[in-house]
Amino acid sequence: MTAAADARPILRIEGLNAHIAGQQVVEDVTFTVPATGITALLGRNGVGKTSTIKAIIGLIDRTGTVELGGVRIEKEPTFKIIRSGVGYVPEDREVFSKLTVAENLRLAERDDAPRRQLVEELFPDLLARSAQMAGTLSGGQQQMVSLARALLNTNKILLVDEPTKGLAPKIVAEVAETLAEAAKTVPILLVEQNLHVVRQLAEGAVVLSGGRVVHTGSALKFLDDAELTQRLLGVSAEGPAGDSPARDNTARETSGKGAAL
Amino acid sequence: MSTVVLLLFTGLGLGALYFLVAAGLSLIYGLMGVLNFAHGAFLTLGAFAGWEVARRAGSDDWWTFLLSLLVGAAAGAAFAAFTEFVLIRRLYQRHIEQLLITLGLSLAAVALFDGIWGTDPVFIQGPAWFKDTTEILGARVPNDRFVCIIAAVLVLLAMVFFLKNTRYGMIIRAGVENRSMVTALGIDVRKAFTLVFTIGGAAAGLGGVLASHYFGYVSPMLGGSLLIFAFIVTVIGGLGSLTGAAIAAVAVAVLQQFANFYLGGTGDFVVVLALALVLLFRPSGLLGRTS
Repeated sequence: MTAAADARPILRIEGLNAHIAGQQVVEDVTFTVPATGITALLGRNGVGKTSTIKAIIGLIDRTGTVELGGVRIEKEPTFKIIRSGVGYVPEDREVFSKLTVAENLRLAERDDAPRRQLVEELFPDLLARSAQMAGTLSGGQQQMVSLARALLNTNKILLVDEPTKGLAPKIVAEVAETLAEAAKTVPILLVEQNLHVVRQLAEGAVVLSGGRVVHTGSALKFLDDAELTQRLLGVSAEGPAGDSPARDNTARETSGKGAAL
Repeated sequence: MSTVVLLLFTGLGLGALYFLVAAGLSLIYGLMGVLNFAHGAFLTLGAFAGWEVARRAGSDDWWTFLLSLLVGAAAGAAFAAFTEFVLIRRLYQRHIEQLLITLGLSLAAVALFDGIWGTDPVFIQGPAWFKDTTEILGARVPNDRFVCIIAAVLVLLAMVFFLKNTRYGMIIRAGVENRSMVTALGIDVRKAFTLVFTIGGAAAGLGGVLASHYFGYVSPMLGGSLLIFAFIVTVIGGLGSLTGAAIAAVAVAVLQQFANFYLGGTGDFVVVLALALVLLFRPSGLLGRTS
């Protein structure tokens, strides 16, 4: 079940199951992420996208196989998985609000030579706000801190969870631009409900429903299939010409799993 | 006026002791979510260790007192590190088991101290200056109060410096806010857990030596009696907030002293009432995070 069969996968997930408070939120999920480009992890609200990401890095209890660059990592604790080359950008930013921007970034530095210059070039605004408490930043600025924390280190893969959630259109474009730039050097598994951004960035797509994988393949082909996107995402599919933001605001939870993600 | 001044300084001295216990409790709960009922045992061990130093040295001079402070802090730190590493580490996220094991440890520690040093209070001597008083605005304030206050202020400043200016301090501050995200940045937060327990134990051990001079005795129950008020201070100050613990420690102790004097010995009742009011109207405490 590869999203892009021509690339050797950097991440292989097989038979992944995860539970939160005794409730199964990820069920026998199997997919791979190629070693280049952006793969979108799609699905309606509450189908297990965020839980899948958290399960990959061990933030929630899970079973199954997780292989990074050919090495099994599912038995490792979260901090070791991250150190083995995973950059994580969580849903809702999760910056440390009582730490300054500079402290947030310093905390994330795990390489001997963190890529401070790259981060300064990508996010010049953060440099100017380095002494500001991260909790006082706008949502967009907090997202930049969250992305910067992941990009400071050399990673084998980035796991990016809904980076455009709740952001103004201009900031969404900036975030998309940053991700496109990052994807030139590192593969990304992207959870994203803004289908405009998915169409712009993603090459492969993995679609979840009810905690299970129900579709994998080319992101563009999937988005161009109106019937399929309507059925799996609950939104009208739009063709390449109709690229208006198709945020999944109308998606309704129909899955029996029902866990808040 | 002199009564008010005396009550104020007595309250500040007691508040210093509350802070030394509550500081560790607050950081431990804030970072790890562990309600550490064994924290009083760290204090008691520190107090007995400090007393043993003085007894074996056969001296009550300042050097012996300073050495007893160091040994008391080291004993508290070692006991706390042992507790975290051997007992608590296996039980993170299992809050009921944590509570039971720390409660059990506190009871076992009291029994152990009873066995080693006996159940009767052991009276303690310090430097002669401790027995004197200093006159402030007509009030004759016992000198040991000043020692407690100065020690607590130094501990607070050292802790703030550590939290603000070191990488581990930064990890602890971040972990108090969002522990799983610290882990998700590739940081082994367990080292910070051990460190926070050790620092908290050292402060409690130091507090134990000072408490023995404040009250004039050491007993196996010393830690337990202070722990109850330290928990109240921790909740009122805001779980995880060091500054909140400092402010609440002073407020609770001063309130307690004034209520005891002016309201017919109702200090403990007034403190519990204050706790109830905080829980009703500001459940996150004075400086705690809102959940």
